[in-house]
Amino acid sequence: MLIITCPWCGERPEIEFVYGGEAHIARPADPSALTDQQWADFLYNRTNPKGRHAERWRHTHGCGRFFNAVRDTVSDFFVATYKPGDARPDVEGDVQ
Amino acid sequence: MTGSFRTPSGGRIDRTAALAFRFDGATYHGFAGDTLASALLANGVHLVGRSFKYHRPRGILSAGSDEPNALVEVRRDDARITPNLRATQVELYEGLEAASQNRWPSLARDAGAVNDLFAPFLPAGFYYKTFMWPAGAWKRFYEPKIRAMAGLGKAPTLPDPDRYTQHYAHCDVLVIGAGPAGIASALAASAGGARVILVDEQAEPGGSLLAATDAAIDTKPATQWLADALAELTAAGVVIMPRTTAFGYFPHNMIALCERVTEHLAAPDRALPRERLWQIRAKQVVIAAGALERPLVFPENDRPGVMLAESARTYLTRYGVRPGERAVIFTAADSGYRAALDLAAGGVAIAAIADLRAAPEGEWPARALAAGIDVRPSTVVAGTAGRLRVKAARLAKVKHGAVGPAEVVACDAVLMSGGFTPSVHLFSQSRGKLAWDETLGAYLPARSVERERSAGACRGRYGLTAALADGYHAGEEAAAEALKDSARPAGRRATASRAFGVVARDTGTDGFIGAVPHGRNPAFAKAFVDWQNDVTAKDIALATREGFRSIEHVKRYTTTGMATDQGKTSNMNALGIVAEQLGESVPKIGLTTFRPPYTPTTFGIFAGAARGDLFDPVRVTPIHGWAEARGAAFEPVSLWKRAHYFPEKGDGGRLEDMHAAVARECRAVRSGVGIFDASTLGKIEVVGADAAEFMNRMYTNPWSKLEPGRLRYGVMLRENGFVMDDGVVGRLAPDRFHVTTTTGGAARVLAHMEDYLQTEWPDLDVWLTSTTEQWAVIAVQGPKSREVLAPLVEGIDLSKGALPNMSVREGRIAGVPTRLFRLSFAGELGFEVNVPAAQGRAVWEAIFKAGEPFGIAPYGTETMHVLRAEKGYIIVGQETDGTAAPDDVGLGWAIGKAKKDFVGKRSLSRAAFFMPDRKQLVGLLTRDPAVVLEEGAQLVAAPNAALPVPMLGHVTSSYASATLGRSIALAMVKGGRARIGQTLYVPMPSGPIAVELVDPVFYDAEGARLDV
Repeated sequence: MLIITCPWCGERPEIEFVYGGEAHIARPADPSALTDQQWADFLYNRTNPKGRHAERWRHTHGCGRFFNAVRDTVSDFFVATYKPGDARPDVEGDVQ
Repeated sequence: MTGSFRTPSGGRIDRTAALAFRFDGATYHGFAGDTLASALLANGVHLVGRSFKYHRPRGILSAGSDEPNALVEVRRDDARITPNLRATQVELYEGLEAASQNRWPSLARDAGAVNDLFAPFLPAGFYYKTFMWPAGAWKRFYEPKIRAMAGLGKAPTLPDPDRYTQHYAHCDVLVIGAGPAGIASALAASAGGARVILVDEQAEPGGSLLAATDAAIDTKPATQWLADALAELTAAGVVIMPRTTAFGYFPHNMIALCERVTEHLAAPDRALPRERLWQIRAKQVVIAAGALERPLVFPENDRPGVMLAESARTYLTRYGVRPGERAVIFTAADSGYRAALDLAAGGVAIAAIADLRAAPEGEWPARALAAGIDVRPSTVVAGTAGRLRVKAARLAKVKHGAVGPAEVVACDAVLMSGGFTPSVHLFSQSRGKLAWDETLGAYLPARSVERERSAGACRGRYGLTAALADGYHAGEEAAAEALKDSARPAGRRATASRAFGVVARDTGTDGFIGAVPHGRNPAFAKAFVDWQNDVTAKDIALATREGFRSIEHVKRYTTTGMATDQGKTSNMNALGIVAEQLGESVPKIGLTTFRPPYTPTTFGIFAGAARGDLFDPVRVTPIHGWAEARGAAFEPVSLWKRAHYFPEKGDGGRLEDMHAAVARECRAVRSGVGIFDASTLGKIEVVGADAAEFMNRMYTNPWSKLEPGRLRYGVMLRENGFVMDDGVVGRLAPDRFHVTTTTGGAARVLAHMEDYLQTEWPDLDVWLTSTTEQWAVIAVQGPKSREVLAPLVEGIDLSKGALPNMSVREGRIAGVPTRLFRLSFAGELGFEVNVPAAQGRAVWEAIFKAGEPFGIAPYGTETMHVLRAEKGYIIVGQETDGTAAPDDVGLGWAIGKAKKDFVGKRSLSRAAFFMPDRKQLVGLLTRDPAVVLEEGAQLVAAPNAALPVPMLGHVTSSYASATLGRSIALAMVKGGRARIGQTLYVPMPSGPIAVELVDPVFYDAEGARLDV
């Protein structure tokens, strides 16, 4: 079971958290201005990288807050967690 | 009476504590400190089981958790029967009752042994090749027969009466294995200031030190040093956990362990759990799991009396048991000599040492020769004789790869040693990478993924001197790493490295992997690789001939290494045979994957307390007890238990069935008044200056103009435009909404709202609070509901003009504060009384009492469903399935067309949502009004069309409607609204049922009954 560092609560076991999909995909300010393809990209298309992946997590059974994390999809280990609104941190070994 | 093979002295058993036990009905005696295996051997019992496939007689092969053969059933009472326990790990207690497995009628005379004669016809992959015809016979005939014949123990049929607990612990350094390397690690880590837990699977910590005869450490005998070291560790606060197997290595250094608490006790204290599951999170882990002795693969190496040499030595030195009178040693390593010398000193005649090596050199062969033992280099055991016990070994010289004529040497034990295999199971489970070490002929830990290190024999550091030094070093490093960022005082951390003065004769690193040559017809020579699954060298060779190249495929085809011992004794030899057959080197063949658990683990520890009523949490409403007392039938709705219907005693005292109860309840609501517990509805309080704006964005409906005091039915979509949830929302103040959700959707809806609020619109001033369990909700429905409630209500005018349908007022009812909703999910004059949960039952009872003069009927979810279906009201999750857009289920009216945006709006303009063949909600009336359709049934246009018949839709809800005096159904049908008036068919096994498509509102389409 992974240990996940909530930016507000610190290290907690994985069972307190819920995964929230890829991070840094902002909902378009005016969805009606988007083509069907652009909207489909926003809804469904994800980067799905092998390696470092920025993703959303929620400390559901703790403070209840969403945050972002960089996780290595090969090792399954977390590289960094950070608050929403913060830029994705530069972490050593990042592919992208 | 404690066995003729017991030595007069020595060993770690308590000779003052004799214990009686039974095996297969016969009574024997042993001592405290014995295992079942050592006690049986002390009594000269080697035959302990029949093999899995051929039913061959089998004995005890090893002295530890690697045992593949000696699987027994231990029975305490009818409910406490544990099959497949390794006799080598079962600690003896007074009255222990054990039995052999896989034999009938008895162990010595086993009918299934006939399989052995048919062995030439039972090769690897036999099942796949033979039992293919006729089709279907596998499931009905072959599989049950084979399962009865082949197999291990039988599970008890009664529920497990024992208790299992689950615990969590944290430490700086977890040391797995309390042999010399592990103890040295713990000493170092503890001296370095770390909080240390030291675990070992055996009853007594010490590992190989428990069987060390002449070794000395720091001028003390090894056993004395062990006792002092354990005392030192205990004094330093190290937690020592014996009988605790680290069976799984999970990410971020979470180790799962099984502690056997009472299994070794004759009369366990029932207050104690049988076993504990420990989940230990360690900053650093030291794996000191040791090494496992490798058998040699030679013909008939499975007869009772054939044993691993080091295990035989362990039985003698640790348990005071001679494994036989006269032993042949077959070895490819010096460890065989050490066993021979110790056994000779213990009174076992050594007939010969057959050494696979051409020129064994060094102190061990020299000592054997000096002791007068017949040492034969370049010699193999080419076979054994004996039926239920080995009687002789056939020794043959090997010259230039050719096996010469065999000499028959009488013996009652053949002790083999193919060298040692480092136990890399846990390291491998931690996803660490192994590397092949050519010198040692072993896979060793190479690259770590977790914060762990291996020490001692499990990383190829064999011998006491090396194990202690390596263990201490690992412990020092682990403590330093664990405390690197710790704020604990540095003073305690300073540690001078410690050297151990060891006097011990180490046994080198020789060994053999694969099948030894025997010069016999390979078709008839059974040289076992995997004892437990009855896999021979021939089977593995056959697999490679049939084209299997990958060791993973060979494993699955032959089942080698797939038994409960997970190939602890067999994997390396199987690899060696495949490598030889393919002409490749061992590392080229690869290695099979190590998976948890390291040894078989009870389901009990995983279940823990989650059994029976605690298996899944049950949620009940404040009114549940009333419904129970009233005799309601309940149904589960998500985790909730909801009253399904309230059967009453009819004429003659017979209880109504559901159909009768529901019909009566429906009539009561339509003609008088009914009362329904709606407390399970999800409730969310949405509060804040931007609450209306937030609601505008989350729901399809417009909220800005909804006046405080009014209700509105809200529809929530996912961003993909499909219906996610619905519910009635009340506006209590400009900045306060009382939102209700479906019973099952409450948590999902709140998470969905939180997601948008926190991550998309953190600028909105909105607070979300789950209030599901704060409110009891009492629905009072029917034309007489107003009359029932009016006398109880204070501060609210219930009249039509003051409280029209879809309104909410705050006041008091039966003296309790309430948010009183006027609304109806039944299509009648109706109210939903929200009161604080703690007063829920009292208010319910007050209303019920007030309703009795009006014939108020409590009703359950079934009646609620029928009433809403008569009105064509959907249930999200029943009419919708995650692909229904609002318009599909007739909710197009609920979309705020003027709103620029809301979650899911953009998706609704996708072309797919305007296709004419979208499934749409319709009503169905069967041609025969008495026929009630099955929910989920398909709809087709023509009952006898050619296959495949195009399916046009499916029935989503179907009931017998007492109100309408006939059956009704709702369905989702392709282009359904355009088909209204048409006849479709529901094909059923008994024949097609004709149905007419109609408007989904069956009752009071104009809504007159709501407007009173």
